[in-house]
Amino acid sequence: MDQALIDLGDYIDAANPGAVLGAEVGYGELVVTTTARALVKLLTFLRDDQNCQFKQLMDVTAVDRPDREARFEIVYNMLSLKHNQRVRIKLAADASTPVPSVTAVFSSANWFEREVWDLFGVSFSDHPDLRRIMTDYGFEGHPLRKDFPLTGYVEVRYDPDQKRVVYEPVKLPQEFRDFDFMSPWEGMLHLPGDEKAEADAEPDAKSAAGEEGDG
Amino acid sequence: MAERLIKSLTLNFGPQHPAAHGVLRMVLEMDGEVIERADPHIGMLHRGTEKLIEYKTYLQALPYFDRLDYTAPLNQEHPFVLAVEKLLGIEVPPRAQYIRVLYSEIGRILNHLLNIATYALDIGAMTPLLWAFEEREKLMEFYERVSGARMHTAYFRAGGVHQDLPAGLLEDIARFCETLPQLIDDVETLLTDNRIFRQRSVDIGAVSLEDALDWGFSGPMLRASGAPWDLRKAQPYECYEDLEFDIPVGKKGDCFDRYLVRIEEMRQSIRIMRQCIERMPDGPVMTQDHKVTPPRRAEMKRSMEALIHHFKLYTEGFHVPAGETYTAVETPKGEFAVYLVADGTNKPYRCKIRPPAFAHLSAMDFMCRGHMLADSVAILGSLDIVFGEVDR
Repeated sequence: MDQALIDLGDYIDAANPGAVLGAEVGYGELVVTTTARALVKLLTFLRDDQNCQFKQLMDVTAVDRPDREARFEIVYNMLSLKHNQRVRIKLAADASTPVPSVTAVFSSANWFEREVWDLFGVSFSDHPDLRRIMTDYGFEGHPLRKDFPLTGYVEVRYDPDQKRVVYEPVKLPQEFRDFDFMSPWEGMLHLPGDEKAEADAEPDAKSAAGEEGDG
Repeated sequence: MAERLIKSLTLNFGPQHPAAHGVLRMVLEMDGEVIERADPHIGMLHRGTEKLIEYKTYLQALPYFDRLDYTAPLNQEHPFVLAVEKLLGIEVPPRAQYIRVLYSEIGRILNHLLNIATYALDIGAMTPLLWAFEEREKLMEFYERVSGARMHTAYFRAGGVHQDLPAGLLEDIARFCETLPQLIDDVETLLTDNRIFRQRSVDIGAVSLEDALDWGFSGPMLRASGAPWDLRKAQPYECYEDLEFDIPVGKKGDCFDRYLVRIEEMRQSIRIMRQCIERMPDGPVMTQDHKVTPPRRAEMKRSMEALIHHFKLYTEGFHVPAGETYTAVETPKGEFAVYLVADGTNKPYRCKIRPPAFAHLSAMDFMCRGHMLADSVAILGSLDIVFGEVDR
């Protein structure tokens, strides 16, 4: 199974010179990284090529990684009924540069791209109808971004005096509880209150460049 | 007579409408009684499930899945636990696999009974609804007996299922499997050859196979258009490989074919349930790796290690190694998938839920064009929409 996917990745790479930044197989799933410029061509190739036949675009979504320069990762999951295979296409995007829409290639992309626009704020160029889809009429912000608070900014209630629903800034009767479960002996690299020791260790880490500096 | 330009009428369907199957608002542009354009507005039931899951441990995230498609709750939990198990690399004991398959098929019958009944109600047949809801209640009792809750069960857990089956339950399910085919036959005598039912559904909302693929259809919608595709057969998970069942396939992809596919799927589900009951293996229902699954309560009272495991699991939860997976299962409505991104902590970094009905509803405009207003209700009913999962 894995070998077939590795071969498929190599085949996609060879047939689309310059379009594939990387192809890897993990957990029995093929992930192909591409660029925004090559996206539409690559997806059209995957749909029409005899050895691929990924006729279905099952899902378009995004992952927000604020620590990266291009913070969003747009993810396309495709399925081939003919060859019983799946492939995942990924590309990096940021909030200001639009990603080319693939609605012309797959009709199903229409709503999935609207959802990504609504929840992440990644815009798609040449999309026929890029409106919000999930959130309320007149909603502001993009809720699935990591910097959007879980509680949101506004809450609604029915006001009997004005006889309509009013929007108000969110009031929390109970403080938001965020439990930190990171125990110092698993996965935690920087101990709180230990900044001084780390600052002392810093020059050594720089001189020994390339080695693991995070003690 | 001088030519006059007639402005098309815009009709607001919903958000509260008995045939909207929840809270759907559709803005319909009408030319007389013919639909020129349909614009579904969804999101009225958007609860931010994906955002909430990012703030919960893997165990706490699980109950949200019951609340997506509330007509077949356990089927939605399935892809999530499979995705977590895949990232953790744990094996599920055979008994747990059979229990999961048994309950997934009960969920399929629950869903199809509801869909066929409400679909028939939408286009004018009242009786199947009354009959089907009686059977659904019996099936929900099976849910209750195994998990304590009729709907929001939270029964599938990463590593197996929460508890073993109570004594006598399998016999009762087996007895139910004897009586249900009679009900399906009765519903069929009312609907399948009924002239009104056929007039309202044959050739309505027909989708060719090519279009069905283009719009990302799955499940009964895709099979009615003629693709013999079922994830239970094509990419088998759990113990589906060992079970015998057939996949019904339609020809024209219209509302009537979808109805027939669902009827036959219920019969096949009964067949799968019977095989599960017959072959139900003995053994544990959860993997014995107590870093992931809680120890038995009796053991917890005696062993210090078990107590620590119990405490850690129910406060901190288990850590899932960094990785990502797109795991899909065949739910009654189609391909329901979870795209899970883990970053090595006890909470999912991102959990995208891919509901099948979202893709189906996005094709509503395409399917309704040129049909009459009354047909839009029939098409909507045959799509099998539940807003819990469309809006998330």
